[in-house]
Amino acid sequence: MNAGGVEVGTELPAQTFRVTRADLVRYAGASGDFNPIHWNERFATEVGLPGVIAHGMLTMGLAARAVAAWSGDPGALVEYTVRFGRPVVVPDDAEGAEVTVRGRVAALLDGNRARVDLTVTSAGEKVLSLARAVVALT
Amino acid sequence: MALDPGLVGRSYPPSAVYEVGRAKIAEFAAALGDQDPVYRDPEAARALGHPDVIAPPTFAIVVSLGAANVVLDDPEVELDYSRVVHGEQRFTHHRPIRAGDRLVATTTIESVRHVAGNDLLTTRVELDTEDGESVCTAVAMLVARGTA
Repeated sequence: MNAGGVEVGTELPAQTFRVTRADLVRYAGASGDFNPIHWNERFATEVGLPGVIAHGMLTMGLAARAVAAWSGDPGALVEYTVRFGRPVVVPDDAEGAEVTVRGRVAALLDGNRARVDLTVTSAGEKVLSLARAVVALT
Repeated sequence: MALDPGLVGRSYPPSAVYEVGRAKIAEFAAALGDQDPVYRDPEAARALGHPDVIAPPTFAIVVSLGAANVVLDDPEVELDYSRVVHGEQRFTHHRPIRAGDRLVATTTIESVRHVAGNDLLTTRVELDTEDGESVCTAVAMLVARGTA
């Protein structure tokens, strides 16, 4: 992303990602996180969850996609912090869940970098209580 | 069982080398549904100034989570893993992870806290090349619900 077009308040194009049970299985395999709360309804409800939930790291990864789509280079994301607030519950159907990522440039930093604050929601609720990315500008 | 605050600062020996492969990067990108050629095509990566295909920004978790298991395996860290959820995650990329990197992970317990009946354990994993170049710092906060 060229620094010329970036100022505090610049909004990133909103992106919506669909997450199904099959996506959770694929992410489990690729990441090595086989916690059964992400694929086993019986286990998830036994430990008090509303159902099978997405890996927090999957949500974090999808939010990073929205930043990369805006910046043009995923390698420009130099710092990235999230706090997992509420789980993304993924029902056992073809639609699954939707995760929507919105972002806004919150500050311009030294070293030609911008801080982007993200708002990540699913089913109308914020799922990340904090999500901040620092992007190197060109 | 509350975690012992005396664990703070404990550091573990460096991990075995993790060699970052192009196929693993492509697999991880596919699991995020991400078709960006910078993860698959070395030419596309070079066009953006990277020497080889780079990994998605959250790929570091593949290496750092595996490395941080050394903490959960420590008999003096009394954490009920069945009650653990991921509370926070931070990555500081000193440069993008890329295919061919041979990474060594060094894990340190950064903090132990007890909040509202939960145990909070923060680990910091430094990912360096085996030649000592800093690549990524991954800080994870784990919450053990109702254990403190």
